[in-house]
Amino acid sequence: MVRGVRIKDHGAEQRLFLARSLVAGLLIAIATVALFGRLYLLQVIRHDYYTQLSQANRVRVEPIPAARGLMLDRNGVVLASGQPAYQLELVRDDVPDLDSTLERLAAIGMISSDDLPELKRTILSRQSFDSVPIRLHMSDEDAARFAVVRFEFPGVDIKTRETRFYPFGPLGVHALGYVGAISERDLARINSAAYAGTTLIGKTGVESAFEKPLHGTNGFREVLVDAQGRAVDKQGGLAFGLRTQAPVAGKDMLLALDLKTQQVAEQALGDRRGAVVALDPRNGDVLAFVSHPGFDPNLFARGISRAQYAALANDADKPLLDRVLRGTYASGSTIKPALALAALTDHAVDPNRKVFCNGIFRLPGSRHVWRADRTDPRGWIGLAEAISRSSDIYFYGLAATLGIDRIAAFLGPLGYGRVTGIDIGGEKSGLLPTPEWKRKAFRRPEDQVWFPGETVNMGLGQGYLLVTPLQVAHITGVIAERGRSFRPRLVKGMRDPGGHVRWLAPLEDKPILGVADADWNFVINAMIGTTKCDRYCGTAWVAFRGAAYTAAGKTGTAQVFTVAQNAKYNEKMVPERLRDHAWFVAFAPAEAPRIAIAVLVENGGFGASAAAPVARQVMDAYLLGPDGKLKPQFVPAPAAGPTPDTRTARALKRAPAPRIAAVARVLAASGAPALADTRALSGRESLR
Amino acid sequence: MIYEELTDASRARRTLTGTARTLLALKLDGPLLIGLALIAVYGLVVLYSASGRSVGTVMRQAGHLAMGTAAMLALAQVNPNVLRRISPWLYALGIVLLFVVGAIGYIGKGAQRWLDLGVLRFQPSEIMKLGVPMLCAWYLRERALPPSLLSLVLLAALILLPSGLVAMQPDLGTAALIMMAGVLVVIMAGLQMRVMAGLALVGAFGVWVGWHFMHGYQKERVLTFINPQSDPLGAGYHIIQSTIAIGSGGVFGKGWMNGSQAQLDFLPERSTDFIFAVIGEEFGLLGQCLLILLYVFVVGRALYLATQTQDTFSRLLAGSIALTFFVYVFINTGMVSGLLPVVGVPLPLVSYGGTSMVTLLAGFGILMSLYSHRRLIGS
Repeated sequence: MVRGVRIKDHGAEQRLFLARSLVAGLLIAIATVALFGRLYLLQVIRHDYYTQLSQANRVRVEPIPAARGLMLDRNGVVLASGQPAYQLELVRDDVPDLDSTLERLAAIGMISSDDLPELKRTILSRQSFDSVPIRLHMSDEDAARFAVVRFEFPGVDIKTRETRFYPFGPLGVHALGYVGAISERDLARINSAAYAGTTLIGKTGVESAFEKPLHGTNGFREVLVDAQGRAVDKQGGLAFGLRTQAPVAGKDMLLALDLKTQQVAEQALGDRRGAVVALDPRNGDVLAFVSHPGFDPNLFARGISRAQYAALANDADKPLLDRVLRGTYASGSTIKPALALAALTDHAVDPNRKVFCNGIFRLPGSRHVWRADRTDPRGWIGLAEAISRSSDIYFYGLAATLGIDRIAAFLGPLGYGRVTGIDIGGEKSGLLPTPEWKRKAFRRPEDQVWFPGETVNMGLGQGYLLVTPLQVAHITGVIAERGRSFRPRLVKGMRDPGGHVRWLAPLEDKPILGVADADWNFVINAMIGTTKCDRYCGTAWVAFRGAAYTAAGKTGTAQVFTVAQNAKYNEKMVPERLRDHAWFVAFAPAEAPRIAIAVLVENGGFGASAAAPVARQVMDAYLLGPDGKLKPQFVPAPAAGPTPDTRTARALKRAPAPRIAAVARVLAASGAPALADTRALSGRESLR
Repeated sequence: MIYEELTDASRARRTLTGTARTLLALKLDGPLLIGLALIAVYGLVVLYSASGRSVGTVMRQAGHLAMGTAAMLALAQVNPNVLRRISPWLYALGIVLLFVVGAIGYIGKGAQRWLDLGVLRFQPSEIMKLGVPMLCAWYLRERALPPSLLSLVLLAALILLPSGLVAMQPDLGTAALIMMAGVLVVIMAGLQMRVMAGLALVGAFGVWVGWHFMHGYQKERVLTFINPQSDPLGAGYHIIQSTIAIGSGGVFGKGWMNGSQAQLDFLPERSTDFIFAVIGEEFGLLGQCLLILLYVFVVGRALYLATQTQDTFSRLLAGSIALTFFVYVFINTGMVSGLLPVVGVPLPLVSYGGTSMVTLLAGFGILMSLYSHRRLIGS
């Protein structure tokens, strides 16, 4: 360093400045080249990469929800359709504070504060950029009210979406099912990408079981968006190359249900709790499917509130319970035709041997007394009359003679204790008790023993035996079809958006083999006897007085409450909920069955008085035309002529040659009264 | 009359000569003026697109341009001797105003940069962008160069005082630019290489020590500043969107007003600090290079003018003004293209904003004055 005063040298300073300027110029050149290099890297080398990112920025894929398929009854009446409605939707990405937004929405009454935790869970389970419905089916007033304050709620907007509409309200709700907002649990079983833009999903019934074809395929639309995610309506250079894919609407479900039959069934049950199932035994078509009480599925499609749901769930009458599929009851005497078939097939009883009935049954070596009802027939009774008049004493003996193993071996394949395989989910299998089942079901060794008395109870369909109304209808159909068994089905066909219909083939299960035609005839004739009053009066003759067709039926009364030994059951004395359940099963026309039905009236009392009239009304509604006569398509084909008996003719036609002997046995064994009945009927039919 | 027989070509030359004469009379430099005008016009064209076709914004920016031009014209007329004499007073005024602003900010419990004078608001820190280099040049004008160690210490204090005040506002970007303007004067005055190397060494050591004394979150903040990509939703968002804009522009760009990043709001601050990305997206590599070359031309011309001045004060001040301009350009374009960390420095003469426009053009006005008055100094 220079010490002391330095002399200012202007020339040197100028040179120094020049040198520094040159260095600065050099540095500027270097910096400029570096900058050019950087720009070259971005704009030439990585151009494609950044173009992609810019594209992803500018374009948002907006789903276009597919229209959900309709549901139509067998005559084309629409039972479920779409309806445009306002709904409130929320995009989590655009909401500054989710909790406060939801609370403020609740404060202005747009959503219920009870639903907040559930709603929040649903929102958080969706993608953050998804538009999640938070309030379905807003009224016009609510939509207008929200529009005014919308600016206070970024990320929340009113959308017009298609919602589900069930024009007949609660009609057939357990069969159709209902749709509701997609919940966290639903998301676990669907591909959420395929449901982007979809609001509603099937929860029960056909809506749930056929969710996939009903839903269709959502389309999408690429929209130009700004940084806030709002769609921009700019055209020209910014909007090039935006793609659109149209949605494919869901398929329409062509149901087997017959609207009129369904309506009559619901009206016939009135406000009583119970179930009605009617099937076409030839293919399993479900013609009517009633579980009472029901509820309005529109509640769910519009977004049910917690309080509304709680009211339904806590109702003592259990409107949400599908009694047809999931209600399990003792079968009562409706089991008797099946037991008779078992006994005949195993030659365990002689159908013509008469048993003396006096209202009391006692197992040999047992002190337990089974008492029949006051109305139980007394005197000498054969098998046919025991079915028609529902003799408890006869069937106690028959069950005891058959034994539980043979009963179970026959009833199992017929359908007891197993699901029918209907095309909607949630069906219960009921219970066909066997000694083996008892060993497994109970833990205490003393409970694991099968008591002979429990076999006796099976004679009346009591004890551990449990059936669902669908099962009972299905089994009745199998008997009507003499062993042919079809899985019940609600959906007959599907219609794609182009109008092309694909009919589904009926699903036939393994038929019941080994039952002689004569035995089928015997039991069916005895069931016809139930609805007649010729030599003796069947239990349901009053309900079927004047019917335009022959019906084969069976009443049943299922105990809810065990009457003490030596006590008499008095309907008036028992609280309503402990009264017997009333059953009635039937099929018609008996010669060529087109409908098989099971009616259950909970705590209805006697099957003959509570359930049989319902069945009569339903069958009339389905089978009869407006003129009160059988619709032409239901008239049994070879009706003319006194001989041969149509039934025998069919038996002859079906039976292979070696079986003709068996047919002869039918004619001999089935007994005069039943045959006479049939002939008389055929005669009456031929008069029409 | 001798002029009547002139051809068109010579008439043109005469006109040109007339223009040059006018420029001379106005104490302006033609090439520099043309360079600045081209940049400003380019800026207005880009701003129209960047502001979403806002005629109002462009008109206001044109107003800023007019104000800046007026300031430039006015300052070009001022004799450098006057400029030299007012230098310490300008510096003192700036310091006082910075204290006033700081006090107002302290009372108002918030960051305060503006001084509201009723009719107009201005930032005292802008005064210092010119005040500091003027003071440094004034201080060194009579002293032997390269500066002595004592001078360096004193200069450091004079530079750090306003920089520190601005940094406390807090406006680190402007503070750095003020410091830079002063330091550039000292460097152009011939700061010895070994002193620069020593300072760099000390600085590096200081950073190393400071790093070890920092808390984890502080280190994280520094790292985010250096590499914004690590924080894509916070500090990194700007830079990610601007690199996307530039990169997707390609060589030729998407076309004027067709940049989706800019037009659809993805690019933040697109008409101010990040307007260079709009140029990259809509006019591509070519558009950006053209602008940079215009800047380089302006800087080069300014530096040339600086070398042509005749006294130390003029040389140092002119050199600092020229180089500071380039530093602005480089920091902004480097930041927008992801080469440098994000600091709030506008793109000179192009970014929307009145303050920076007026300050920059005022600087060029001083520069032109220093150059065009040079013959007068000796007389």
